[in-house]
Amino acid sequence: MPTMNMIQALNDAHKIAMRKDEDIVVFGEDAGYFGGVFRVTEGLQKEFGKTRVFDSPISEGGIVATAVGMACYGLKPVIEIQFADYIYPGYDQIVSEVAKIRYRTAAEWTMPMVIRSPYGGGIFGGQTHSQSPESLFTHIAGLKVVIPSTPYDAKGLLIAAIEDPDPVIFFEPKRIYNGPFDGHHDRPVKPWSKHPASEVPEGHYTVPLAKAAVVREGAELTVLTYGTMVHVALAAVEERGIDAEVIDLRTLVPLDIETIERSVEKTGRCLVVHEAPRTSGFGAELVSLVQERCFYHLEAPVERVTGWDTPYPHAYEWSYFPGPKRMRKALEKVMAD
Amino acid sequence: MSDKDPSLRRNAPRLALHVPEPPFRPGDSPDFSSLKIPAAGKAPRPDTSSPAAETHPLTTDLVRVLGEDNKAEGNWDPKLDPDTLRKMLRDMVTVRIFDDRMYRAQRQGKTSFYMKCTGEEAIAVAAQAALDRDDMHFPTYRQQGLLVARGYPLTEMMNQIYSNKGDKLQGRQLPIMYSDKAYGFFSISGNLATQFPQAVGWAMAAAIKGDSRICMGWVGDGATAEGDFHSAMTFAAVYNAPVVLAVVNNQWAISSFSGIAGAERATFAQRAVGYGIAGLRVDGNDALAVYAAVKWAAERARSNSGPTLIEFFTYRSEGHSTSDDPSGYRPANEAKAWPLGDPVERLKAHLIAIGEWDEERHAAMAAECDAAVRAAQKESEKLGILPQQGKDNVGSMFEDVYAEVPWHIAEQREEALSEGRD
Repeated sequence: MPTMNMIQALNDAHKIAMRKDEDIVVFGEDAGYFGGVFRVTEGLQKEFGKTRVFDSPISEGGIVATAVGMACYGLKPVIEIQFADYIYPGYDQIVSEVAKIRYRTAAEWTMPMVIRSPYGGGIFGGQTHSQSPESLFTHIAGLKVVIPSTPYDAKGLLIAAIEDPDPVIFFEPKRIYNGPFDGHHDRPVKPWSKHPASEVPEGHYTVPLAKAAVVREGAELTVLTYGTMVHVALAAVEERGIDAEVIDLRTLVPLDIETIERSVEKTGRCLVVHEAPRTSGFGAELVSLVQERCFYHLEAPVERVTGWDTPYPHAYEWSYFPGPKRMRKALEKVMAD
Repeated sequence: MSDKDPSLRRNAPRLALHVPEPPFRPGDSPDFSSLKIPAAGKAPRPDTSSPAAETHPLTTDLVRVLGEDNKAEGNWDPKLDPDTLRKMLRDMVTVRIFDDRMYRAQRQGKTSFYMKCTGEEAIAVAAQAALDRDDMHFPTYRQQGLLVARGYPLTEMMNQIYSNKGDKLQGRQLPIMYSDKAYGFFSISGNLATQFPQAVGWAMAAAIKGDSRICMGWVGDGATAEGDFHSAMTFAAVYNAPVVLAVVNNQWAISSFSGIAGAERATFAQRAVGYGIAGLRVDGNDALAVYAAVKWAAERARSNSGPTLIEFFTYRSEGHSTSDDPSGYRPANEAKAWPLGDPVERLKAHLIAIGEWDEERHAAMAAECDAAVRAAQKESEKLGILPQQGKDNVGSMFEDVYAEVPWHIAEQREEALSEGRD
């Protein structure tokens, strides 16, 4: 089985989906000839031609809007927004159009499209290349929000997202494009090749949307997380010797509530972990759901590990990023008494 | 605060902000005598495949076909047969009667909202006449004429306006936000200008697939200020999209005159110049000029010669919507003073002038249209009016958010249904 990093896995997913469905078109800033600034669409224009894979103007609103028109025509756009931080000019089209067209036309028009975008910090990208805006999309009815954390999942989830009848916001944790990251920024970078989930089958497969993965089974604590923080959380519980069950949500909307409930009922404790700022972050929704549905199983208040409610500060990357120290403190608190 | 020493700038004039004001406000006597209106038949008509720059003088001109004597003049005369002219007139009359009936229905409390297009009927009706039946439209809320011209059942439109049991949109959309795929009429959005770049995307898709159908996008003068207008123009120009982009300049965006959208500085058609695409400025109250311009742009798009921006110069004779009272911001008689006249009267006068129409036939036709609208209304009201809606089938409001109802929405549906049982 070939070993791939997340970029190669995503690239492979595009090729497999595009060979199967000639209505798929791919475009975005630098996504054509060059293959994208992170190289996810590398080689696609060469294989599929310039009318299926092309560069777009620097106009996220225009990228999303023209994708809407193409989807109305019957194409399946898989578009790239170069950084999640750049998605806001396209927000009106995503919120008012992409998310609502199925509903407002009583399903006469639907919006099968994927909006891919690298997100998250840990790369010294400063305020405009580090944000985690997922909760701005989980709040919008009509959108699905998917975030992979491994090459295997990235390929399978992207193919599933492309084949899904609904619009999918597909956020790619760019810090782990090239290797898993456990939060110890001062240690040498690890490549994906040493990680079992870098074994990516050739050909077509899907990882179903709306299904979480239990990436570590455990009895003492449930950790709910996604993206880069899956790896940070795994390392933190190992380091503390806590028998935690770590759940990679993979799809935020629709959420796999059954897996969450089953785990929290078993462990009686829950920690919610994400990079995004705390206030109104997706963690707030997770905490509410857990207390609404599992309250009588809880032995301690649900804790959150998040980014701070500030813009992402360039030089203070490692004071902002919810790394091992913040994890340790939260683990101590949630495991107390 | 500036960090410059104020003494260095002491001779500089005091800066002043310019806030545009319309020429006339309530109480003023509107006088449009200074408005330059070129004579009909004078504007040159470039070849449809000519370079965009050849059209650019037309962006400050005004393509007009119907002259003072009500005859068609000049190279833009589309030389339509009388049957087509009569069909256009009939559609325009139908739209006007439909608007009046539905406006009244709103005032009678049968629905929440309505928007008329009075004075602008020629634009949608003649544009549709110039396109093929299977071309696509991304309209605004004032192009009901497209549906009428395509023979869309009036009852269907009313069902949507009443959100009644026949409403194919299941009561989810504000009245007049029609949508019908089979009629090539994209779902209207209340977020203005969103449809303009979408039209470009549809046209790009048609080009990607080697289709022969083209697309027409619509926007009002006010919403040209949106970023989506710029996106549409940029993508249309970059990819040479087979699209006709129409700005209906009715000069009023609710209470803001077109100067608030930039019309003091340049015409809306002139925006084509900066993007390097073809541009035309057209008398929107002249059905023949509208037809000719759209036909020209459609031929250009269909032959891969590129997109066209067309400004239809017209006047919004009535309020923005049933929620608006224009007497608060413009003279009550401004519509009457508007020099480009009434599009229905002008087309009617043309048909009479060429000996293909007369007052009796017109009165008979108008009576037929009126009867058809009344019959449709009667039919639609059998299926209910708004105040009776929203009680049955509450569960349907949870459908079509996604292809399948996810667990969290299913749970909320149960909650909503249990509220109904309490």
